[in-house]
Amino acid sequence: MSGPPNGERPERGTPLVEVHDLVVHHGQLRALDGISFRVFPGEVYAIIGANGAGKSTLLRTIAGLHSPTSGSVLFDGTDVTGLRPERRARQGIAMVPEGRRLFGSLSVEENLQVGAAFAREGPWTIERVYETFDWMRARRNQSAAQLSGGEQQTVAIGRALLANPRVLLLDELSLGLAPVVVQRIYGMLPQILAAGLTVLLVEQDVSQALRVASHIHCLLEGRTTLEGTPASVSADQVEAAYFGLAGAAPDSAPEGSEP
Amino acid sequence: MSWVNAIIQGVLVGGLYALFACGLSLMFGVMKVVNLAHGDLAVVAGYVAIGVITVTHIPVLWSFLIVVPVMAVLGYVLQRTILQGALDRSVLATLMVTFGLSVVIENGLLQFFTANTRGIGTGLALVTGSFSIGQIQIGYLPVAIFVTAVVVLLGLQYFLSATRYGRLIRAVADDKEAAQLAGADYRHVFGIAAAVAFGTVALGGIAYGMYAQLAPTTGTDTILLFAFAAVVIGGLGSLWGTLLGGVVLGVAQQIGAQISISDETLAGFIVFLAVLALRPQGLISRGAQS
Repeated sequence: MSGPPNGERPERGTPLVEVHDLVVHHGQLRALDGISFRVFPGEVYAIIGANGAGKSTLLRTIAGLHSPTSGSVLFDGTDVTGLRPERRARQGIAMVPEGRRLFGSLSVEENLQVGAAFAREGPWTIERVYETFDWMRARRNQSAAQLSGGEQQTVAIGRALLANPRVLLLDELSLGLAPVVVQRIYGMLPQILAAGLTVLLVEQDVSQALRVASHIHCLLEGRTTLEGTPASVSADQVEAAYFGLAGAAPDSAPEGSEP
Repeated sequence: MSWVNAIIQGVLVGGLYALFACGLSLMFGVMKVVNLAHGDLAVVAGYVAIGVITVTHIPVLWSFLIVVPVMAVLGYVLQRTILQGALDRSVLATLMVTFGLSVVIENGLLQFFTANTRGIGTGLALVTGSFSIGQIQIGYLPVAIFVTAVVVLLGLQYFLSATRYGRLIRAVADDKEAAQLAGADYRHVFGIAAAVAFGTVALGGIAYGMYAQLAPTTGTDTILLFAFAAVVIGGLGSLWGTLLGGVVLGVAQQIGAQISISDETLAGFIVFLAVLALRPQGLISRGAQS
């Protein structure tokens, strides 16, 4: 895994994903309120926060499934804010959506084939997915709907990897899965990241996020409450930022955004 | 013996109904568009065929080589323009738009081609000829139409299960957003599905023009109703269900006609209502398929 050493953040080159002063509404509700951050190549950037903090909205806006009210999304230095989701996917933004969202009437292999249909050049092939997740080959002709939750999540990850993305967006991998399955799935991350993939993940399970992330970003009700590397933030700070206990950690949570 | 005859004729005409029904079923299954102009489009295809045959003098049977691509392109364009525009608003909007399309087509045909009925290839040996097995007379044309329907369904099945765009069509039908995340432009995929559906309806229109007579109103008063009945009897979204539904409808009609010639259509719709009441998911439900 090409993660950075604890503590220091390698701000090298152009940020791969840059979000600038993003405001997104769901109807009347202001789901995201001026979010800014940068993700550099090779990072595992984790967005944490409670239910309804706006994490999924943020990820979906980066993927193009929501249009922001204002602000912009840059991918490798280029503004992609007005681009449709399929255009962004073909440029190298792949997403494992919340709830897996496999194609239920397609077989496992067909799900993977759809993932590869508009793929960029790159290391991932269906053969390599089968080598990485060895149970999948024997069950490739099974309907995706018949798999267990954890298996479906793995197929969803395989489907996203087959696009040979430059950044992989992971939305709540742990949702609805048994802890032991979550452990196993996060355990696969280093193997997946060997190819120098950048990951932007959203997670409610803070301990899981802190374990894998090179940088964390905490949201509360659509605003940034904490940012830093896992080593640079204390458990108290994270707790305060996560639950919004303003008094618990005075002055430790930078309101607003990126310097 | 006349009962056996009725059943055989019913089975064969079921192929014609399946040709109408499979496109209707495909468009509903993929886009959730209930295309009320489906029958009128079949009639348009029939008129296009008559025009093509008159102008180019190509053999009647080969007219489909021109008519099917023309209708497929029309399907793609209609889907990408007015149907997609309606889909972006609501499902109800697609009903209104296709209903409007139906009215416009029907009156357009009346305006330009009068209310006279027209046939395709009348006088051809294929259309008028028949052979007999024992006492039962079987027309060449119903057999040819039935075989065409089976070939079309086999082709559709192959297309949907084994080709890149077929897979994308099924993926988009399952989950549009997830397909977008994989790089698929669902509007283009919808367009392809509509093109395929219009291609099948073109064959249905030509077949009907040879089997019976086409008039501007045939689309809504006959073809659309029978297509709907076949789809519902067979099971919404099931490809082979449209053939089964067409056959059940055809047999019911012929048996009804055997009892009294005026009961032909009534008998078909009694079976349709019975299926709707007793097995609303259709004889082949979607869950049981594939």
